[in-house]
Amino acid sequence: MQLIFEKSKPGRRAVKLPRLDVPIKTGLAAKYLRRKEADLPQASELDIVRHFTNLSRMNFSVDTNFYPLGSCTMKYNPKFTEKIARMEGFSDIHPLIWQLEAGEKFAQGALEVVYQLERLLSEITGMSAFTTQPLAGAHGELTGVMLIAAYHKAKGNRRKYVIVPDSSHGTNPASAAIAGYEVVVIPSDKNGFMDLEIFKSKLNPDVAAVMLTCPNTLGIFESQIGQICEAAHKVDALVYYDGANLNAILGKARPGDFGFDVVHLNLHKSFGTPHGGGGPGSGPVGVSKKLDEFLPVPRLIKDADGTIKPEFNRPKSIGRIAPFYGNFGVMLRAYAYILFLGKSGLIEVAEAAVLNANYCRVKLKEYFDLPYDRVCMHECVFSATRQKLNGVSALDIAKYLIEKRIHPPTIYFPLIVPEAIMIEPTETESKETLDNFIKVMKEAAAFAISDPQRLKDAPQNTQVSRLDEAKAVRDLDLRWHPL
Amino acid sequence: MNFVPHTQADIQEMLKAIGVSSVEDLFKDISPGLRAKSFNLPQGLSELEVVEYCRNLSSLNSSGLKNFLGAGFYQHFIPAAVDELAGRSEFYTAYTPYQPESSQGWLQSIYEYQTAICELTGLDVANASLYDGGTAIFEAAMMALRITGRNKIILDSGVNFIYRSMLYSYTANLNIEFVETQVVHGQSCREEVYKYLDDKTAAIILQNPNFFGAVDDHTDIVEKAHSFGCLVIESVYPISLGMLKTPAEMGVDIAVGEGQSLGLPLSFGGPYLGFMCVKKDFVRKMPGRIVGATLDKEGKRGFVLTLQAREQHIRREKATSNICSNQALCALRAVIYLSLIGKEGLKELAELNYQKSEFAKELLAKIPKVEVKRSSPTFNEFTIVLPKRVDHVIKKMTAKGFIAGFPLGKYYKGMDNYLLVTVTEIKSKDNIVDFAKALEEVLVA
Repeated sequence: MQLIFEKSKPGRRAVKLPRLDVPIKTGLAAKYLRRKEADLPQASELDIVRHFTNLSRMNFSVDTNFYPLGSCTMKYNPKFTEKIARMEGFSDIHPLIWQLEAGEKFAQGALEVVYQLERLLSEITGMSAFTTQPLAGAHGELTGVMLIAAYHKAKGNRRKYVIVPDSSHGTNPASAAIAGYEVVVIPSDKNGFMDLEIFKSKLNPDVAAVMLTCPNTLGIFESQIGQICEAAHKVDALVYYDGANLNAILGKARPGDFGFDVVHLNLHKSFGTPHGGGGPGSGPVGVSKKLDEFLPVPRLIKDADGTIKPEFNRPKSIGRIAPFYGNFGVMLRAYAYILFLGKSGLIEVAEAAVLNANYCRVKLKEYFDLPYDRVCMHECVFSATRQKLNGVSALDIAKYLIEKRIHPPTIYFPLIVPEAIMIEPTETESKETLDNFIKVMKEAAAFAISDPQRLKDAPQNTQVSRLDEAKAVRDLDLRWHPL
Repeated sequence: MNFVPHTQADIQEMLKAIGVSSVEDLFKDISPGLRAKSFNLPQGLSELEVVEYCRNLSSLNSSGLKNFLGAGFYQHFIPAAVDELAGRSEFYTAYTPYQPESSQGWLQSIYEYQTAICELTGLDVANASLYDGGTAIFEAAMMALRITGRNKIILDSGVNFIYRSMLYSYTANLNIEFVETQVVHGQSCREEVYKYLDDKTAAIILQNPNFFGAVDDHTDIVEKAHSFGCLVIESVYPISLGMLKTPAEMGVDIAVGEGQSLGLPLSFGGPYLGFMCVKKDFVRKMPGRIVGATLDKEGKRGFVLTLQAREQHIRREKATSNICSNQALCALRAVIYLSLIGKEGLKELAELNYQKSEFAKELLAKIPKVEVKRSSPTFNEFTIVLPKRVDHVIKKMTAKGFIAGFPLGKYYKGMDNYLLVTVTEIKSKDNIVDFAKALEEVLVA
């Protein structure tokens, strides 16, 4: 499809702006003015509406396709939360208003959302307090590691290392590195757990923290989690919980009860807010009591009369990590989602998510290698090593699924599984949808034996066939240029 | 219920297939000692109840006040088509376009967004978005440290206080030397910047217009910085680029900014949009997702995520950034907005902001004992000095239905009587006249 820039025609306009209703004054001196105009599109409103409507139809999405993208929790996003986020009383509030003199009364409704959400998340995870400031999961990780750094600094601890297992999300080591730590990687054992012996051998008073995902990225609950927390705490290393996979344990277990010191959640995963084509997300961070004083400012304080006010006077706080209170629009959706589901609804989420993942696991394990063959939580990780012997890769299988109108699972992650195919069906998918997915996966497995080329040629029914990614890197073309 | 579609029969059939007798059997890996000690949450509500409850909360907020408050976050007109198009769930219920064949709509939209941001700033390459204007400054600073291998940063105090404090938070555990320079007569103090500039300086961070609303031409600072091998990062207000000299025209190396003004509602602080645009030599050092054009097997143009070797999912602790989720949907809103406003519209829009703001300056200057600061030109935001403390005035103005502006004394010492006033295109002449009248009444009383 042509770009909106290519559809542009000089003189064509879309938006009609109000006429200038004030007397015209002299403009700015020439040295302050741009010389070259911004060559933005010149198109009619219908041109633009048709363009982006048609572009929207060139995507797979949860609303149009099964989307079992492992680790990303692509569940259904309820529509009523969209309606709430668009209410003018929320969408039109300036974030600074309540920080002005007597201004807090103009934002009490919004503040109540933030305040209550912090408390709900604390109860869900068993943590002492939450900040909603982090703007995405990885941003929550960075915030968490900054809190850990502040804790050690305050205690006079000089710590250099952060431990992560080799099954972790790439964001874990990246976040630790950006916060100023060196990363120590621990391999997984034959059960898919972090190797406890190696972990213990690397644990010493130079270690600031260990970052864990539980259930881990293989979809397996790390049953030795209590021992890990205990061992870490013995050397005053803190334990970080990557909550990307919280969906699986809602109401069943809480990281706070295991002994974790810091937890980040992905509201766009566990709490049903839309992923927006890559964001915005929201990555609130919960802490144990000993880290409370380091949380970002402002904190929200409720007066005796119920008025919520900002508190900036927190001398040990790590400061601001977002301009305001986080991605409020996303938090609002998650808050409404939690209110809707309530206690039993959230437990049902975990149960159905785990049931669906195990159903896929059992139905497919005859056809694909399952390197860690045991009951899984919300996702299961297969390997296309068997198919690879016939020259068929995980990528080829993914492309065949696209042809069959199913979004592929996450592939080539976690890195510790060769040719990984990571399936997370989520709780909102029906048995019929899963059965169809299983059928298509079996077809792919059959073609891998009978006609590998069939998979190599997939997808055959999309707007574009397989794209030359090496060319994209070699001949960088990152913007349109006017002719 | 609860969006779980299973019937009892489905559940039984699935359990049978798995070979367990109950769902609880699937949770056996969580030993009794690790089970939740509490899960004290309210009972679920119906859609009707949740919507009504939230509508009540929303009515407790201030959406009716006439807003002359900006301070980096602006109320602009948003065409209805932005909500309609970005509200299509084929966009908002997708995720990062890892699989290009099933994500061409998203990938092309981001490529178009990157193009629009390059056109706005005049620079060569934009990424697919960052979280917000503040994290964009932090990412730009980290990038400058990587490129130069130096560890000193000169930070202009005309940069939004919030962003400066975010930058200090992020770098608390890193070995970076910061020097903050003063604003004099509204603009960056050259003398002071040059005093600190040396061959250890990685970057100078500037903002245009700065927090006081003052417009500057940083060309001279950029030239001087480059003579020391130092980079210049400029945070810009995208709507002002319909009129103002671009970062590229000043020679700036990395332009960043808050894109909220490009079709995003204020929404109590987010989600917003961080944008970043750099000279092409720096593209491989840039953080965040980047979309590129390429060809498919039949030679047809298509789009992919590219230069992924910089990113955390490949490079892990050696990545250029830890960013994974970004603000794609906000970037989509921005490119739809910029398409609707269009080439001519952006110039008109900037002119409306400038002229209405100049008109407001003129009216406010006529109020006895009110001084409008005129030492430097402004775009749509300017500083006035009142004969009394601003916070009391703000309180009284809200009683008259106005958010009067931002009290500069909150962020700057000795400025308790200074008010930062913003006038965008949404204010009619009558709104501005009423505002001036109300302010005069408050000051006289």
